[in-house]
Amino acid sequence: MRFMLLQSYGGVEADCAPMSEWAPEDIKAHIVFQQVLNRELTERGELVDAQGLAGPELARFVVSDGSAPAVITDGPFPESKELLAGYRLVDVERAERALEIAAQVSAAPGANGVPIRQRIEVREVLSAPDPEV
Amino acid sequence: MTSPGRTEGLLRELAPQVLGALVRRYGHFADAEDAVQEALLAAAASWAAQGEPDNPLGWLIRVASRRLGDQYRRDDARRRREDLAASWSLAGPDPASGRDDTLILMFMCCHPSLTPASAIPLTLRAVGGLSTREVATAFLVPEATMAQRISRAKARVKASEEPFALPSSDERAERLRSVLHVLYLIFNEGYASNSGPDLARTDLSGEAIRLARAVCAALPQEPEVTGLLALMLLNDARRPARTRVDGELVPLSEQDRTLWDRSLIAEGTALVEGALQLRQVGEYQVQAAIAALHDQSVQYADTDWTRILSLYELLEKMTGNPMVTLNRAVAAAMAHGPGAGLAVLDELGDRLGDHHRVHAVRAHLLEQAGDAGNAIIEFRAAAARTTNLREQHYLVTKAARLATESAGNQREPPPTRMS
Repeated sequence: MRFMLLQSYGGVEADCAPMSEWAPEDIKAHIVFQQVLNRELTERGELVDAQGLAGPELARFVVSDGSAPAVITDGPFPESKELLAGYRLVDVERAERALEIAAQVSAAPGANGVPIRQRIEVREVLSAPDPEV
Repeated sequence: MTSPGRTEGLLRELAPQVLGALVRRYGHFADAEDAVQEALLAAAASWAAQGEPDNPLGWLIRVASRRLGDQYRRDDARRRREDLAASWSLAGPDPASGRDDTLILMFMCCHPSLTPASAIPLTLRAVGGLSTREVATAFLVPEATMAQRISRAKARVKASEEPFALPSSDERAERLRSVLHVLYLIFNEGYASNSGPDLARTDLSGEAIRLARAVCAALPQEPEVTGLLALMLLNDARRPARTRVDGELVPLSEQDRTLWDRSLIAEGTALVEGALQLRQVGEYQVQAAIAALHDQSVQYADTDWTRILSLYELLEKMTGNPMVTLNRAVAAAMAHGPGAGLAVLDELGDRLGDHHRVHAVRAHLLEQAGDAGNAIIEFRAAAARTTNLREQHYLVTKAARLATESAGNQREPPPTRMS
């Protein structure tokens, strides 16, 4: 089963300053945590893809009716906290395993090594229909 | 038995010669290219088990021709025999060298009707002899997507109805510019994404260098071709020092210069010096000359910033590229102090808009000028706008370090770096 583990900017529950205001060694620890986790997931054969997205400053929204020129909205957005910051796509044997990974992701270390308790949205990816059923 | 690495190298070397021979004989670039790919795959399997044949080029041409024939037999309705016969007579009788074929293929794959995003994979496959899977891995897209991109690119080449020959002399300069641009982009793609978690990716910088060497061998009297090859070698020489073991970027000022590849630097320097003697200065030669000046400095502090500044001024006049102005700002700051660099940034105005590099350069210059507060703001702005993960890490850390230092440095003078 495949699951998307989604992280948005606003999903940090601990009283947490933005990363650019942490101490250098805390930033380093956070980055290493992400790298080690991805390596572990790869070694277990579970990681399909992991990507961070460019910041909300570069986000744009597009709406089109298919005929008139598309309406493209630039930032800054008042709702930028709800924007997606990154995701992991994992392929696991049981749904519980996806939740376990999400818990690990959520507890990434932040300023002074305190876990940031980021809220992870866990969504199962719809599979293709079995043509023989 | 033959070693797989050697076989792979030989196959990539021969790929454009096989394709050239097929297109000369039968026409139909797009189909011939598919047939050559099949022959390369067949060779990789068969040569590994049974050893290389006595005449590898002949083997590949024979197998690829047979595959092409099979394709036509399968495809009887649309393409008829006379179609094939007609293309025979088109193929020139002159037995041109493999060198020329490689060059003609480069011109075809980098046809101006193709965007770089199409020209790059087509070049890597048709001239570089890479498989679709290897090209897909290099650009981190699914194989089916890359296959589609390549076949659309081939359809466009076909639609251009270009004869299999070198471009005419009046369009040659412009066509060569497209070829060099594509090679430059391939190199940069590899250079920017090198090492760390991406180790499994195809070595695009190495491929770009190999192809640039081939073009250079075919056109030894074109100083811009030589300049581009020199530029690649001089940048690639620094590759071992550019990233830490954990994949984080190391700026030029902090690189361990003992790790730089001296033989690449020697070769690149000799090439650019030779090219400049032909007295037809172009942008790749100037960029290579700048890279050579960096590479020749034993320590960062020895860098000849005055000469680098004048080369950037020349490059700016030649190209009018605002990115060059940005680099000139850095050089001006190093030669004449941060105030001079900030003045160049003011000159730049908003020609680069809100680009992350403008923020990053301003941040560095403000830091040098001792304005930590504004430098931190600019580093953060740059980090928020970059699209490169490693660069984002670097910029965020830079802001954090400066914030920590400026809190501690209320009492101490800033540390000075001497080596």
